Amino acid sequence: MQIIVNGVEQKLRATTLAQALDELDYGDSIVATALNGRFVAAAARVSTALANGDALEIVAPMQGG
Amino acid sequence: MNLYGIEVASRLWLGTARYPSPAILSDAVRASGTDIVTVSLRRESGTQRGGQNFWSIIRGLGVRVLPNTAGCHSVKEAVTTAQMARDIFQTSWIKLEVIGEVDTLQPDVFGLVEAANVLCADGFEVFPYTTDDLVVAERLLEAGCRVLMPWGAPIGTGMGLNNIFGLRALRAHFPEVPLIVDAGIGRPSHAAAAMELGYDGVLLNTAVAMAGDPVLMAGAFAKAIEAGRAAFLAQPMESRDIATPSTPLLGKAWLE
Repeated sequence: MQIIVNGVEQKLRATTLAQALDELDYGDSIVATALNGRFVAAAARVSTALANGDALEIVAPMQGG
Repeated sequence: MNLYGIEVASRLWLGTARYPSPAILSDAVRASGTDIVTVSLRRESGTQRGGQNFWSIIRGLGVRVLPNTAGCHSVKEAVTTAQMARDIFQTSWIKLEVIGEVDTLQPDVFGLVEAANVLCADGFEVFPYTTDDLVVAERLLEAGCRVLMPWGAPIGTGMGLNNIFGLRALRAHFPEVPLIVDAGIGRPSHAAAAMELGYDGVLLNTAVAMAGDPVLMAGAFAKAIEAGRAAFLAQPMESRDIATPSTPLLGKAWLE
């Protein structure tokens, strides 16, 4: 299905958020996620289903003031 | 000072952005003696993993992390960013920024209060980046904030303390609330001035990161803040308009 990952449309086989992170090579990276503008906790990724056209945000720690 | 039940020794808090290199960032943090640094959240690539490298450096410094919601312009953005920060950093602390104006990066104080209400009710310990407005400060405290972070001047300008009167009034109205000047500090003398007003600490980033020698400047800020705090505790004299001789006239030789 087509998923917009960090603003870029991508074709993924994954059907859950956890599977999407695996497919996108995040491995054991420390990241936080939001789906369609709503926060999804790490523990909820396995049970969070993806739908065609979803917008997925994946963020990590970065420099900040 | 006590922040949400945590005793914090450092009165200088440092941002982690805009340093020439990760090594200089690390050295500047050490030279500052800080035990609190601010960090943000940004998009991460599964293949490049820039954020993982950064996070590894920060963890190696052994300092407490204060995540921010920098760049958020709406309550929804800020609340969601705070939720993501708590998930990653495993802390309830959040430096809450809701920006209302692009040129000055002035806080949207209405959105700030609304977001603070939402986050405090959700168990967050909120450090709001605000103006020196007394009424807004009151609303933030009513929302559940136990620390306030008024700006000295717009972010990144280095102009120092633009409204001494407002900052002094804030200190006088809330003597028991930890107050941290956040943003606008350009030189160690600005930070010392904030501390002399009785502020509990200073959060700065650009003034150190963009200095010609960030590590040396970090140390300079540490000394200035220590001096300003000591000066506040020592109760500075009141200024006056009429000169008074410091050397006694009694006993002066008559030489006319």
